[in-house]
Amino acid sequence: MPHYLSKTNKLKEFLQLLIGHPMGFFGVVIIAIFLGMAFFAPFLGTVDPAASGDVDNLLMPPSTQFWFGTDDLARDIWSQTIYGSRISLTIGFVAALITVISGTLVGLIAGYYGKSLDEVLMRIVDFFMMLPELPLMIVLAAVLGPSMWNIILVVSLVSWPTTARVVRSQVLSLKERPFVESSRCIGASNFQLMFSEILPNVVPLMFAQAVLMITEAIYAEAVLSFLGLGDPTSISWGMMLHSVFESGVISESYWWVIPPIVSIVTLIVSFSLLGTAVSDVLEPGYKEKKGY
Amino acid sequence: MALIDVENLKLYFMTRRGPAKAVDNIGFSIEKKKTLGLIGESGCGKTTTAMSLMKFVKPPGEIVGGSIRFMGKDIVPMSDEQIRQLRGKEISIVRQEAQNALNPVLTIGKQITEMILEHESVTRETALARAKKQLNLVGISDQRINSYPHEFSGGMKQRAMAAIATACNPKFLILDEPTTGLDVVVQRQILVMLRNLKEELGLTAVFISHDLSVVAETCDRVAVMYAGKIMEESDTVSLYQNPLHPYSTALIGAYPSLKGARRQLKSIPGAPPSLIDPPPGCRFAPRCEWAQSICDEEPAINSIDGRRVACHFVKQ
Amino acid sequence: MGLKRFFLRKVVAAALTIAVIVCANFFIFRMAPGDPVRMMFRDPRVSEGSLELMKQKFGLDKPLSGQFVAYVKNLAQGDLGLSFSQQKPVLEVLAERIPNTLLLVVTALIIAIVLGVILGAIAGWLSGTKLDTFILTASVAMYSIPTFALGIILLLVFAYLIPIFPLGGISTPASGYEGFELIADVGWHMFLPAFSIVIWYIGEYVILTRSSMIEVMGQEYITTAHAKGLKKHTILKNHALRNAMLPVITITGVNLAFAAAGVIEAETVFAWPGVGRLAYDAVSQRDYPLLQGVFMLFAFAIVLANLVIDLIYGYIDPRIKVGG
Repeated sequence: MPHYLSKTNKLKEFLQLLIGHPMGFFGVVIIAIFLGMAFFAPFLGTVDPAASGDVDNLLMPPSTQFWFGTDDLARDIWSQTIYGSRISLTIGFVAALITVISGTLVGLIAGYYGKSLDEVLMRIVDFFMMLPELPLMIVLAAVLGPSMWNIILVVSLVSWPTTARVVRSQVLSLKERPFVESSRCIGASNFQLMFSEILPNVVPLMFAQAVLMITEAIYAEAVLSFLGLGDPTSISWGMMLHSVFESGVISESYWWVIPPIVSIVTLIVSFSLLGTAVSDVLEPGYKEKKGY
Repeated sequence: MALIDVENLKLYFMTRRGPAKAVDNIGFSIEKKKTLGLIGESGCGKTTTAMSLMKFVKPPGEIVGGSIRFMGKDIVPMSDEQIRQLRGKEISIVRQEAQNALNPVLTIGKQITEMILEHESVTRETALARAKKQLNLVGISDQRINSYPHEFSGGMKQRAMAAIATACNPKFLILDEPTTGLDVVVQRQILVMLRNLKEELGLTAVFISHDLSVVAETCDRVAVMYAGKIMEESDTVSLYQNPLHPYSTALIGAYPSLKGARRQLKSIPGAPPSLIDPPPGCRFAPRCEWAQSICDEEPAINSIDGRRVACHFVKQ
Repeated sequence: MGLKRFFLRKVVAAALTIAVIVCANFFIFRMAPGDPVRMMFRDPRVSEGSLELMKQKFGLDKPLSGQFVAYVKNLAQGDLGLSFSQQKPVLEVLAERIPNTLLLVVTALIIAIVLGVILGAIAGWLSGTKLDTFILTASVAMYSIPTFALGIILLLVFAYLIPIFPLGGISTPASGYEGFELIADVGWHMFLPAFSIVIWYIGEYVILTRSSMIEVMGQEYITTAHAKGLKKHTILKNHALRNAMLPVITITGVNLAFAAAGVIEAETVFAWPGVGRLAYDAVSQRDYPLLQGVFMLFAFAIVLANLVIDLIYGYIDPRIKVGG
């Protein structure tokens, strides 16, 4: 079966093409920087971001002691910014993981088995897709209460239908391909067909969806936190913006607003660029178009 | 003077690995009111040649040499605007039945009248009347003038295409596999329609196909193409009864006959050559039964009794 | 399939969707921890006696099914409950704010769609050129930036740093503007929030129109049009654009969910007194009835807008208008 041949080569080739793509390159670099920020947070001159400090240090502009200044509870903004990357990236990856896995399973089963199972599953998917995303997330988050896991749950709940639909489409067309027929002829079971034959061919699509979902999840966390639905025990970039807004000192504390805004925008745009690059590279004929 | 006169035409596709010589130094001419058939295997260059007669060259393709004369004027150096004015009006094309060859959001009537109005200064009413006449000409009721393409069957779509293509009474019609993909009954209808059109409008045509029997019925002369070159060109009857080039012989021999004794099907072994790096000399040599060392040299084109053959072994 | 049957199908589907939303709304809010009565009537000044009455009215003393029936009955009569943070019935609060949101959203969408489609068509027609790459990259960036983040940046730069625009709200308070002055004042206030929404939409529509154009241009009938010797702009207008627009119209309906998000974010950042801002207010005040009302309003509006768009599409696409 073709997809088993030189899997590592294919992966290397894919990464090469991705980095060769201008958007892909830019995206990968920026994301790597943020990943570094998240991993090495404790070593980057940071302190506990939630620790309120001295009353003397309230709302201080950047200085040698506080590189990005302090907020209205004398907390170090530099630390908040660095540690905030952990929250955004964690929520992004975990929510994307849950979404892609559940969406793919549903899409795989619905597409493969077809008929009434497909009908039922797709009705459920359609129902979810009818509800507007942000209003739904707000309502769910408000009702479930502010916590990181609730945010992850809410984001996954709202996003998995898209993945399910997309995967199902591909499974439908893959189902008819000769290699599936031939495997069925030599007696492969449904389970084997789904997971050993069809699934590997869906992996590139899953990857594209994953990048998309990460983008969505990071954005969702930022918005929900900004609107006041975030986890108050973990200070994410969105929460920082929420605090600035609530405190009403936005005009006098540019140092408090700029780091979270720049971080959010940069991270999300990078993932978006990466996503565009991934879908370009996965388009059939991309390699040839670029002259390889 | 022949209506169409092609000389030394070279059309290459510029790929990263070098130019693919899709059409390499071919020449033929078509007299007024005559139909030339162009046959050959897939990929031999016949469609590329046909499209080039209207200067439809898709990049990375380029005409790198030769001339294509329409009524004495060479179209190769013409500007986009000049060739645009010829298309539809003087030279028209009916292509292979494709699901999407007709614009799905415009009525058939609109698709005919827009062409008439583009090339001739007539009133809308005149254009509409002529559009209806065109439909009748191809065997479609003029009641369907306001129908949309999705309401037509495959055969009807093909006839509609013919109605559109001949709306401005062009002098030359390119028929690129017009019956391919249609079932035999519909094929017959289309062929009959095309014959009527040709007689009514006095059309000169080139008919591209890989279907030898269809070509035999409709064409006065036939040119056989292989790997970008013309192997043989002669009048239809002589070619079919007495093919001179080894490739033509093999091609016609490969066709089973409805009558006559049953025999084993003969196919031509091997595959067509690479167009980027074709064999030196005669391109058919690698698959030819009678090939010898002299075949490494480009064969001269021998003319015999108004027939032309590109082979070392047919001399007189 | 015929236009009538198509319309009927779409209307029925919309009705079903609304029914589903009504049910979903009910069940979601029953998930909240805590006493539902206290949740709905947080105002501690409400007496026990009134609370009992309310309980009965909303069927909260009955089992779940009873509550649901009461809920639907109330809904049908337009009773969406009481917003205690606004001290008014929810319906009234919503009705007050809807015009403001409509003003903002409709203006932003019209500008964005027109510009987006034009730029996208150009990019698609000129696919592969430098201009196309530039437009494409800019568009990807534009639709990636979260609306609220863009709003905050605009606010900082153009309202605080370089005070060209006001800090928020819909008009200058106590100014007594009338007529044309009022329009200008509102417009001045509307500029930044509308801009935030427009940016995302333009990006999305450019990408959409562009890929639709590219796909259309690869179709056979474009080659046919060239073979007919038609002028380039005739081909662009009658053949390419007309077909490329069809998927764009369809997707407009799908995109309305993003309009909802954009409106919520922009109104929050710029304190624009619309329904989007209500969501933020309701959340910060834990005003669940109001939040419920806002959610339903958005969901209903999107379903209705989608229905209208589907009907328009049915008219425009001859394959539906004249059944196949």
